[in-house]
Amino acid sequence: MVTCKDFLKELSDFLDESTDPSMRVELESHISRCPNCWVIFDTTKKTIQVYKGMEAKELPTEVHSRLMAALERKISTGTCSNSAAASAESGSTTDPQTKH
Amino acid sequence: MDSTTTAAGAGTTDLELVERARQGDTAAFGELASRYERRVYRMAKNITQNDEDAEDVLQEAFLKAYSHLGSFQGQSKFYTWLVRIAVNEALMKLRKRKTDRTVSLDESIETDEDPIAREIAVWDDTPELRFGQQELRNILDDAIQSLKPIYRTVFTLRDVEELSTEETAEALGLSIAAVKSRLLRARLELREKLTRIFKRKGDQILGYM
Repeated sequence: MVTCKDFLKELSDFLDESTDPSMRVELESHISRCPNCWVIFDTTKKTIQVYKGMEAKELPTEVHSRLMAALERKISTGTCSNSAAASAESGSTTDPQTKH
Repeated sequence: MDSTTTAAGAGTTDLELVERARQGDTAAFGELASRYERRVYRMAKNITQNDEDAEDVLQEAFLKAYSHLGSFQGQSKFYTWLVRIAVNEALMKLRKRKTDRTVSLDESIETDEDPIAREIAVWDDTPELRFGQQELRNILDDAIQSLKPIYRTVFTLRDVEELSTEETAEALGLSIAAVKSRLLRARLELREKLTRIFKRKGDQILGYM
């Protein structure tokens, strides 16, 4: 018999549909009888949905421009993996004047 | 970078763009950057909680991805590969911030504790529709930022960036069990915080176990 505590421990896997079938049946049976666990299940599911539904917002224009400028500099110097150069390219994000 | 010089449109796959970039088509890499810059920046911002660090992470991730394009095997998605690079950069930024004593992702604290759920209240079916886009974004960002780094990092990768449990474990150097346990706790903590905002109007919040 699944308890509320057991249910809570299995909740993530249950929501991700990664519990084994016999456990799934037990958990489904539990939330059909336990209103509190049903609310926890439902609101956690909605928590995940609301985050998944949120599109990443546009980058601030100057952040986008500085990224493109850094890439352009990188590409113009070839594809070598010179980390010092890469670091120097990205180390002055506070100074937009140096980022083009 | 002038992405207008590429013929790559929305229909071009990431792998095709990677192949073109490897052959010297610089605009192809610009297109990849344009596709993923927002998500990389959001992920970096969620983890570092700092605009300047997030921008550094964004740049470092794409510069390193470009430098190491030759080592991309094509077995995982380009975005998964990119995000792994970006996560490493973001974690390095976090660790440099010595002032935050909870910054270590390796610590095992609290991961074995029982998950928490204290408050019970039914939500509307679509509570997010009660809020404007920007207001909702602020609510969700604030809730994530109130989590400890070990929880917000796992939640960001699993439920915002939608990496698999295995990909998240690999990106963070954690076991599958640690990812699952932290994810559960993060989800429940966020649920708790959002319940105070999203509960059905007029309903009381009741205690749970």
